[in-house]
Amino acid sequence: MTVRTAELIMAIALLLASLGLMANIYFGDLNIGWVPGRGPGAGMWPFWLSLGMALSSVATLFRWVTGATPESRNTEPFVAPETIFLVSVSAISILVLLLMMTFIGTYFALMIFMFFFVRVLGKHGWVATMGMVIGTPVFVYLLFEVALTKYLPKGLPVFEEMFLAVDNLRYALFY
Amino acid sequence: METVITALGSGLLEAFQPLNLFMIFAGCLAGLFVGCMPGLGSVNGVAILLPVTFLVPPTTAIIFLAALYYGAMYGGAISSITLGIPGASTAVATVFDGRPMAQQGKADKALMAAAIASFIGGSVSIVLFTLFAPPLAAFALKFGPQEEFALMLLAFATFIGLGGDDIPKTIFSILLGLVLAAVGFDIISGRPRLIFFDMVEFQRGIGFLVLAIGVYGVGEMLWTLETTKGTVQMHKVNIGWQRMKENFKDVKIYINSTWLGSFLGFFVGTLPAAGATPAALMSYGLSKTFSKDPDSYGKGNISGVAAPEAANNAASTGSMLPMITLGIPGSPTTAILLGGMIIWGLRPGPLLFTESPDFVWGLIGSMYVANFVTVILNIALIPVFIRVLAMPFTMLTPVIFTLCVLGVFATTDRMFDNWLMLIIGVMAYFLRKLNYPVAPAVLAIVLGPLAERSLRQSLISSQGDAMTFFERPISLVCILIALLLVSYPLIAKMLKKRNAQQPAQ
Repeated sequence: MTVRTAELIMAIALLLASLGLMANIYFGDLNIGWVPGRGPGAGMWPFWLSLGMALSSVATLFRWVTGATPESRNTEPFVAPETIFLVSVSAISILVLLLMMTFIGTYFALMIFMFFFVRVLGKHGWVATMGMVIGTPVFVYLLFEVALTKYLPKGLPVFEEMFLAVDNLRYALFY
Repeated sequence: METVITALGSGLLEAFQPLNLFMIFAGCLAGLFVGCMPGLGSVNGVAILLPVTFLVPPTTAIIFLAALYYGAMYGGAISSITLGIPGASTAVATVFDGRPMAQQGKADKALMAAAIASFIGGSVSIVLFTLFAPPLAAFALKFGPQEEFALMLLAFATFIGLGGDDIPKTIFSILLGLVLAAVGFDIISGRPRLIFFDMVEFQRGIGFLVLAIGVYGVGEMLWTLETTKGTVQMHKVNIGWQRMKENFKDVKIYINSTWLGSFLGFFVGTLPAAGATPAALMSYGLSKTFSKDPDSYGKGNISGVAAPEAANNAASTGSMLPMITLGIPGSPTTAILLGGMIIWGLRPGPLLFTESPDFVWGLIGSMYVANFVTVILNIALIPVFIRVLAMPFTMLTPVIFTLCVLGVFATTDRMFDNWLMLIIGVMAYFLRKLNYPVAPAVLAIVLGPLAERSLRQSLISSQGDAMTFFERPISLVCILIALLLVSYPLIAKMLKKRNAQQPAQ
């Protein structure tokens, strides 16, 4: 896909999204005008601004047709082939991290995440890898659970139980 | 004047509290780090670390983040000079002469000049800040909702007039931020709005931090991974006490450019769309124009390093002026600080000076201290940061992603926001590749609820008469300037066309 095609697709997608927003407000039973005795309706602000979004997308489309934007004249690939791997792997790795957090819990997910980046992608030595794989969850536990008292997702009950042991130990030792 | 001095004194005392002093050090260090890492700037650092600051009281939190903001301005120069890659967009202009100087083996001279110019720029702007802030806040106390709304229009108009990006795309970005801010329950009528796909999670709205971390954490990292791929070549830096002392004597060569950059930077910094990057570029350009030897610029002129560095530091302080006094952020970084203030339970706006004097003056006091701390840390740690720059991205990237994911979770306690952050991050990456500016959207989602409220309050009080915005002098002036700014690109284009036609005739 060239930059030129990408700009067209993006402008159309944004136009449709803006129209969708307008429809959402209009059919969502929100008043987009003046409510007598009460003032502007709840839908006024988002509705008319969404209309503005739609109009600016139309303007971009018009500029695309006339070749006014630099992107509309650019026929290079949208994402360079040599970087497409790195960028998509990074984005997908976050997706997998979030999925894993839901199922096996934050700490195990982070260990796998770190191992993947440091060892598999970065090809660093075992010392650096293990340092990151073990250091990160420990640091995260101390910062978020101990200092900020946040209960991070622990995943399915099986995995959650394992962590309760750590928490119990902490409470037994310090409180 | 006396009240200012007393208040400043108490602010300095606040800054010297052990915890605050420690946070100034920590913030400066973190700032130097994010500043010098290519692809990360103050805005990324502040967005990613904001959730961590819930650990400490608001005053300490803002002191930490302001110090980070400040340190990042110093840090940007390190990679601009040694790698030839700007560590942050604010240090782009530093590359022009910093890179040639490093190639000539004068990297230490350039680094020293950058540090000293930053210090002077910072000092000048803090003094200006201290002098301007209290009267401006006092003046702004007279503002009603009409003036507030007009001021926000002005803030958004600066993006259209001065942002320099594609205008329809800039407008789209602003409006998108404003609309996303409206998701959730309407504060005035209490009705749910824009609950996409009927998902209950949207009832709580889209947190600005989710958007900010999505854009500046995930989106920016993807962007950086794409752009900085390939080998970077680092220049050797010779550093020793003897050479440092000698380099100190160069100050008189670049002092004029530094003063120019300092004053220019402060005032450009106060404009919402302008900020530190254009301030640095303008300062570089002006310094070159006024120079006796403009041809030497770009070939390793030390003034070409000093001018932009003074300006970007001054601008970072300048952008805090409208944030503290009016509640309108002067840059994307201050937009995130403003969002943070709302989370900390403070009400940004002119009342801040009277309602939370400890907070405001603690911040101002800390800026004086941070300026000294950063210049010392910067010069002392140059060898360390040069080594840090050699750190591979495969180590830094997962750490930043981890901080993004857990930071978002820690603020809202729901996985839903993490998914939203990822989607926003990937979208921001694509939008940025297509030249849609993302900063206006971040500013807009912070200002959105305030702008909507002030518009509706004004209209309710005037019984729906839009003339209310034009009948009040301050709001009228703001709207007129905003109109002028919006039409400025058109006028500039027309003038350019006319000038181009004239020689042909």
